[in-house]
Amino acid sequence: MRLFLHQLRAEQLQFWRSREAAIFIFVFPMLLFLLLGSVYSGTISGHPAREVLLAGMLGYGAANTAFAGLGISLVIRREGGLLKRIRSTPLPAATYLGAVLVSTLLVFALQAVLLLVLGRLLYGTHVPDRLGSLALVLLFGAAAFAGLGLAVASLIRSAEGSSAAVNVILLPMAFLSGSFGPTRRYPEVLRAIGDALPLRYFIKLVNGVYLDDRAPWHYGTAAGVLAAWGVAGLVVAARRFSWEPRSA
Amino acid sequence: MSAAAISVTDLRKSYGDFQALRGIGFDIREGEVFGLLGPNGAGKTTTVEILEGYRRRDTGSIEVLGFDPQRFEIGFRERIGVVLQQSQLLPNLTVAETHRIFAGYYEQPRDIDEVIQLVGLAEKRDARVRTLSGGQKRRLDLGLALVGDPDLVFLDEPTTGFDPAARRIAWDMIRSLRSLGKTVLLTTHYLDEAQELCDRVAVLREGLIVRIGTPAELRGTSLETEIRYRKDGQDVVVRTLEPTRVLSELTAEALAAGRELEGLEVRRPTLEDVYLELVAGE
Ligand SMILES: Nc1ncnc2c1ncn2[C@@H]1O[C@H](COP(=O)(O)OP(=O)(O)OP(=O)(O)O)[C@@H](O)[C@H]1O
Ligand SMILES: [Mg+2]
Repeated sequence: MRLFLHQLRAEQLQFWRSREAAIFIFVFPMLLFLLLGSVYSGTISGHPAREVLLAGMLGYGAANTAFAGLGISLVIRREGGLLKRIRSTPLPAATYLGAVLVSTLLVFALQAVLLLVLGRLLYGTHVPDRLGSLALVLLFGAAAFAGLGLAVASLIRSAEGSSAAVNVILLPMAFLSGSFGPTRRYPEVLRAIGDALPLRYFIKLVNGVYLDDRAPWHYGTAAGVLAAWGVAGLVVAARRFSWEPRSA
Repeated sequence: MSAAAISVTDLRKSYGDFQALRGIGFDIREGEVFGLLGPNGAGKTTTVEILEGYRRRDTGSIEVLGFDPQRFEIGFRERIGVVLQQSQLLPNLTVAETHRIFAGYYEQPRDIDEVIQLVGLAEKRDARVRTLSGGQKRRLDLGLALVGDPDLVFLDEPTTGFDPAARRIAWDMIRSLRSLGKTVLLTTHYLDEAQELCDRVAVLREGLIVRIGTPAELRGTSLETEIRYRKDGQDVVVRTLEPTRVLSELTAEALAAGRELEGLEVRRPTLEDVYLELVAGE
């Protein structure tokens, strides 16, 4: 436990010290929310448009932080030899990865709170009634994306291309899943693709709990698909994860 | 003679079809500073990383501090310090923060300011790692290897990229490790470094040890003496097994002619001369 907290502190220090991480991972979804929020108004499917957007941004934030941010930083650490170097210290691998994961979830939790506060203050979005359920759903989704982040880090071979590669996955996924606005008017094909993506189901869960104010267990299928994606990510990571640089 | 910190017998390792280590064996005593020399690709890093536990051996037996490194036990990791041939650690943190983080991984770490002082980074204590020069980053690596107060330190080319003054500092530091009774296994391409620091060295070539012994023993294996002087503006070099006779003849000749043997130098081959002979092949 002492080691875990020590590493968690170290992870937080590293995250907030890195300007790129702090801006692209932490600030960017909020900027996007402010921007899109000033464009959308009125209602979408009976909900205030900005609340729909807020739910989408919570989804995008989770994927951006836990999938993209975690994935890229693990590749950079691996290729720079940090993971390898850490391995020769007495810090157990599980403690290290656990701290990296929890640190990522913490960052996202803070981001989610700020998104909700921003929405409330600037766009009058309502405070979720089911705060506990929403927190649970958000953590669950972020954990699933972290599983996928581990997988993508295991598959990418070099640090140089890692950011581009991850964003080539993230941005279309966010677009197709409805992070940036409703997908109702998208062509059939695009919606079909969207329907296979984890972010789509995550946003469904968030919508259900936040917009429709229903308990999360009404969305068993969505939760199941999301969990399946997370587990698939873990399986890939378990088979392909490497502590040593790939492109040495 | 004290116990062996490392013992290696008939160690072999292939990468695919390529045999990187073709059966090497050596012992390193506790408290010894042992150097691995050899040209690029000889197998030094492979050997060191097998002993650190990073890579698996194909065959052969090894024991490091009584552990089998391949099992990577925490008790083993408590007692070793590692400088990898290359690493890029936490660019956005400071020297002190990085040391503090690594110190936290060990049961009984050393005082971090002491370590930072020891590796000569006191002035850079609060500088971000990304702003350090190449040699300073290497010193950081060295500091992080020492912060856990290890019994055995692996240094893969620890002074590559150091300026001459930094190299002297590193040497002093490695000597101070020895005086603390630590065992050190280092690889280097600098023969003067091996000569200055190592109690014993092994020369690797193409995955085999071609010579092992103290630096003095290695130099002793070549018996020729080199005599240099200048004659009519030309450098003359004579290599001989009979330096006394040759010198006497030369000086007699010069005396008779009333000349001076300009720039006269008599020297035994350096470790570098012997090394170059060894790795050049038979
Ligand atoms: N992971 C690997 N896969 C395939 N071949 C490898 C691998 N690691 C090392 N080799 C090969 O094994 C040989 C020994 O490499 P090693 O890194 O041990 O050499 P070295 O003595 O440390 O060289 P240098 O002085 O350049 O650091 C080289 O020919 C190298 O190409
Ligand atoms: Mg090497």
